Amino acid sequence: MEFAELIKTPRVDNVVLHRPFYPAVEGTLCLTGHHLILSSRRQDDAEELWLLHSNIDSIEKRFVGSLGTIIIKCKDLRIIQLDIPGMEECLNIASSIEALSTLDSVTLMYPFFYRPMFEVVEDGWRSFLPEQEFELLSSITDEWRISCINKEFSVCPSYPPVVIVPKSIDDEALRKVAMFRHSSRFPVLSYYHKKNGMVMMRSSQPLTGTNGRRCKEDEKLINATLRAGKRGYIIDTRSLNVAQQARAKGGGFEQEAHYPQWRRIHKSIERFNILQESLIKLVEACNDQSHNMDRWLSKLEASNWLTHVKEILTAACLAAQCIDREGASVLVHGTEGTDSTLQVTSLAQIILDPRCRTIRGFESLVVREWLQAGHPFQQRCAQSAYSNSKQKWEAPVFLLFLDCVWQILRQFPCSFEFSEHFLIMLFEHAYASQFGTFLGNNENERSKLKLQQKTMSLWSWVNRPQELSKYKNPLFEANSLVIWPSVAPQSLQLWEGVFLRWNRSSKFLDEAYEEMVTLIEYNKQLKAKVNALRRKLAELETDDQMQENA
Amino acid sequence: MKVAGNTKGRVENVRLLDRVSSRKAALGTLYLTATHVIFVENASETRKETWVLHSQISSIEKQATTATGCPLLIRCKNFQVIHLIIPQERDCHDVYISLIRLARPVKYEELYCFSFNPKLDKEERERGWKLVDLNEEYNRMGIPNNYWQISDVNRDYGVCDSYPTEVYVPKSATAHIIVGSSKFRSRRRFPALSYYCKDNNTSICRSSQPLSGFSARCLEDEQMLQAIRKANPGSDFLYVVDTRPKLNAMANRAAGKGYENEDNYSNIKFQFIGIENIHVMRNSLQKMLEVCELKSPSMSDFLWGLENSGWLKHIKAIMDAGIFIAKAVAEEGVSVLVHCSDGWDRTAQVCSVASLLLDPYYRTMKGFMVLIEKDWVSFGHKFNHRYGNLDGDPKEISPVIDQFIECVWQLMEQFPCAFEFNERFLIHVQHHIYSCQFGNFLCNSQKERRELKIQERTYSLWAHLWKNRADYLNPLYRSDHSQTQATLHPQIASCNFLYKFWSGMYNRFEKGMHPRQSVTDYLMAVKEETQQLEEELEVLGERLASLQKVQSNDNKVKSKQQDQNKELGRSTSNISLANTPQEYNSNLKSFPSRSPSQGDEEDSALILTQDNLKSSDPDLSANSDQESGVEDLSCRSPSNGGCLPSEDSGKDSDEAVFLAV
Repeated sequence: MEFAELIKTPRVDNVVLHRPFYPAVEGTLCLTGHHLILSSRRQDDAEELWLLHSNIDSIEKRFVGSLGTIIIKCKDLRIIQLDIPGMEECLNIASSIEALSTLDSVTLMYPFFYRPMFEVVEDGWRSFLPEQEFELLSSITDEWRISCINKEFSVCPSYPPVVIVPKSIDDEALRKVAMFRHSSRFPVLSYYHKKNGMVMMRSSQPLTGTNGRRCKEDEKLINATLRAGKRGYIIDTRSLNVAQQARAKGGGFEQEAHYPQWRRIHKSIERFNILQESLIKLVEACNDQSHNMDRWLSKLEASNWLTHVKEILTAACLAAQCIDREGASVLVHGTEGTDSTLQVTSLAQIILDPRCRTIRGFESLVVREWLQAGHPFQQRCAQSAYSNSKQKWEAPVFLLFLDCVWQILRQFPCSFEFSEHFLIMLFEHAYASQFGTFLGNNENERSKLKLQQKTMSLWSWVNRPQELSKYKNPLFEANSLVIWPSVAPQSLQLWEGVFLRWNRSSKFLDEAYEEMVTLIEYNKQLKAKVNALRRKLAELETDDQMQENA
Repeated sequence: MKVAGNTKGRVENVRLLDRVSSRKAALGTLYLTATHVIFVENASETRKETWVLHSQISSIEKQATTATGCPLLIRCKNFQVIHLIIPQERDCHDVYISLIRLARPVKYEELYCFSFNPKLDKEERERGWKLVDLNEEYNRMGIPNNYWQISDVNRDYGVCDSYPTEVYVPKSATAHIIVGSSKFRSRRRFPALSYYCKDNNTSICRSSQPLSGFSARCLEDEQMLQAIRKANPGSDFLYVVDTRPKLNAMANRAAGKGYENEDNYSNIKFQFIGIENIHVMRNSLQKMLEVCELKSPSMSDFLWGLENSGWLKHIKAIMDAGIFIAKAVAEEGVSVLVHCSDGWDRTAQVCSVASLLLDPYYRTMKGFMVLIEKDWVSFGHKFNHRYGNLDGDPKEISPVIDQFIECVWQLMEQFPCAFEFNERFLIHVQHHIYSCQFGNFLCNSQKERRELKIQERTYSLWAHLWKNRADYLNPLYRSDHSQTQATLHPQIASCNFLYKFWSGMYNRFEKGMHPRQSVTDYLMAVKEETQQLEEELEVLGERLASLQKVQSNDNKVKSKQQDQNKELGRSTSNISLANTPQEYNSNLKSFPSRSPSQGDEEDSALILTQDNLKSSDPDLSANSDQESGVEDLSCRSPSNGGCLPSEDSGKDSDEAVFLAV
């Protein structure tokens, strides 16, 4: 298919762009295969808008006489308005945008066409390999092994080719366990807590069904993570009720009788359309400029977004508490183990492991616990808050995770190497990007798409020093402790950086941020100067002394 | 001093419950002194102390006796809640009866400020009271000038007993007009100047409601308003802002009061801005505090309760009124007369918010003190009635100035570089409005304060805060920053989401709920170090220059250098944080792990401090030692300095004598 077929009118003059908090800009609108571009004709103020079609969530058009208006709602929650003279042009532009923003083939997406304008210093596709993770682990413990059982994605299609499992469990046993777990997602290592050797595993639900099926190998596998005489916790991210209902569909949960060394705790984290609707309601409330104070609070409440944040954080804190405070190993799962499970395991690591609070460590966490662990990004992030097409698989699971990270960052503003901007950047790229990183639903699909060969990795771009500096937290001071966030409602706030980003001017907050950076930079410069002077003085003094002595 | 009656001054084996986690309780001894309630923990290594001033107590509730003892709940005006369990019902009753008496003094002389002695000599005390000088302030505004003058019409409080002796009025307003106007205004609170903008001659004046009823007129009052309008030659009309809801104002007409009729006054534009009355506000705060007190509320409980309290709606209404007036003055160049009913609550709120928006001076620490003295203290805001310093009518109590302080905080959140002071400053000001440790906020009017000779017998809060100003600085403030220059223009009207719940105030003592690392404290430490570095740089530069010049050795350099090396080794903020997991799941504790009490023990084992972020205020740090109990008990994670230093709860160590049994 040629993009040109979809672009009936590639260029319109005298288009006026309206954005909140900016003066209207008049210019020429151009459509390309992947971008909507508006450039002002004025030389003095070369205002330009480059918008990826894949960032467009929905469009609305309306006419007043022959003046058409297109309202474009983006996946990053921004809303812009284009006034286009000429009804035909407007209709053409609208239908082109509609078609180009809903291409059904992944291989037509921009990452397959994007040619980087920067030099690749480090290939992001090779930055975070499971083998490196395992190397780190094996320097601390020899109780684990790397298994290539899933090399051809034959055992579990949504797992990466290599996984880390207890050394005492062979591949044959793993195959049996895979049969006993939903979508074959058998328990694998998620995190090893160096401090006390406790571990966090993740999996999908066991297929116990109504007649209480059991699997000896499964029991053996997870028991292999326990020290003699010790117990562990199974955190089921579903309520007991939901877990019980799952039995009717062949799913279920670990029965005490078969897992006597484990204590099961149910936490109820919502999934799929409930989360999607929550996001839609929240964004609606944030965009509603008309209502009064009371309605704003009740709409915020009715969206339930912060309730989800609280539930997810609470479950993650619980997992971390079991590991660090109770000295117990933990297995986390929900139904498939691709959504709420990953929220819990990744947030628990941020709480427990200082490494995950660095930029590099956080990237590695996203790769391990989200991309390689098979969170179906393509299904979940196909649409955002404005889409009319309600697809079953859409859910802001990753955005909720980022929101939870932001909440912890807000409570521990000096303990993270990255700033809020880094999280916002990840949110944007998960929904629309020139990079291939978030394409596909799992490693299997990514390998079939040959993303490594055909697209650029987000990490290749982000990890260049000049880019990284944008995301560094000026307040960062390494903190090796476990950080326990508060989950009280008073401690959780709406993430303004994402949800109010386009609804309020951030001028004064940006100024404050700059002021803060200036203060810290000046301090660093002074330190360097003082140290240099000291060295110089010391040299001079020794010279003098030597002269004297001579 | 003696405690009333035959009460017990000391009760042992009392348990102080943790507000969030009910299974954590500290065992200790409760003392009642003439000025404080003190709880001292038994745990020998800490012996944490919790001090509560009697004047901070807003309510005492004795609950039904249980098997473990008799619960006593003490709620404080600074939003601390103390939950005690006293083993014997009789002891509990005694403590209850004593506290009821102690928390409700009937004479001013019983208040703490009359016994509080910070060991300053007479001169220092007088200097303290002179720190804020309102005449100086009006001079700063450019007054007296061609249009405005000081009037001595009220010199013996003869015209209005709740006004100051010195009031500023238009030059053309004769004593006859003023007195005539005062007779037509509730409690004779005639229009007087609150703020003057010398750039465009615009003014904000304040008064009480006119006694207009349905048709009454007063020529002098009409002349008074005309004089105010004419004092601003740039504008041909005057805004009259009634800060009440229209319905309330109309109801007042039936009682012979009411509002200005546009037809009777030449060239006024009349405007209602609906701020609710003190009773609505009192109930609203009460509802919000109930939400804050909920034990492990869900997000919905909290948000729904917050909405239902209406608190943020009221805050927004006050802000909107202030914004309206600031706009009229700065953008339209039109003077404004503000009133409500008596002109001492809503009017004070609105005038001070508008002044704060208009004039960067009020956003400095000194200016903020001046603002409170000007719009609140001098114009007869009834501190004693509103904040219940003496036992009185509970219906008079209302968080009027609390709301103003919150408005300032909301503005600080929107304009982080605009204020010279930080959140801690606001919290301490709020605390001392209730503490009665300093004389500033005693009584209901200037007249009463003069009669009591407050300035000779008590100390000024402003001097105390000024002395410790280093603790209250906003590190992001720079006097040459654009946000500190001119009028602040908050994003108005539609932006409800800009108003946020202030947990730093209303959950002030639940330290576990607040961010565990404070950006403000971090930046303050950076700035302090920067200053040291600058000094050292200068010293080093000089040394280097002299060394290069004479090429001679100076031993001093070396020793100096070594000293400095040590200093530099200190990190800007080796912020270590202590915190512990919360009750993320109640099931957890029943799990048969190796040590059943593990969770609890470990929780308290992890105590870390931020040594280098200590408060520089000797009073504060002294208190934070003795009072660390306040913090540690009210939160699950003691992180002294991570948030705010413990409040100076108005105890001086000499004064606090434990009463014998």
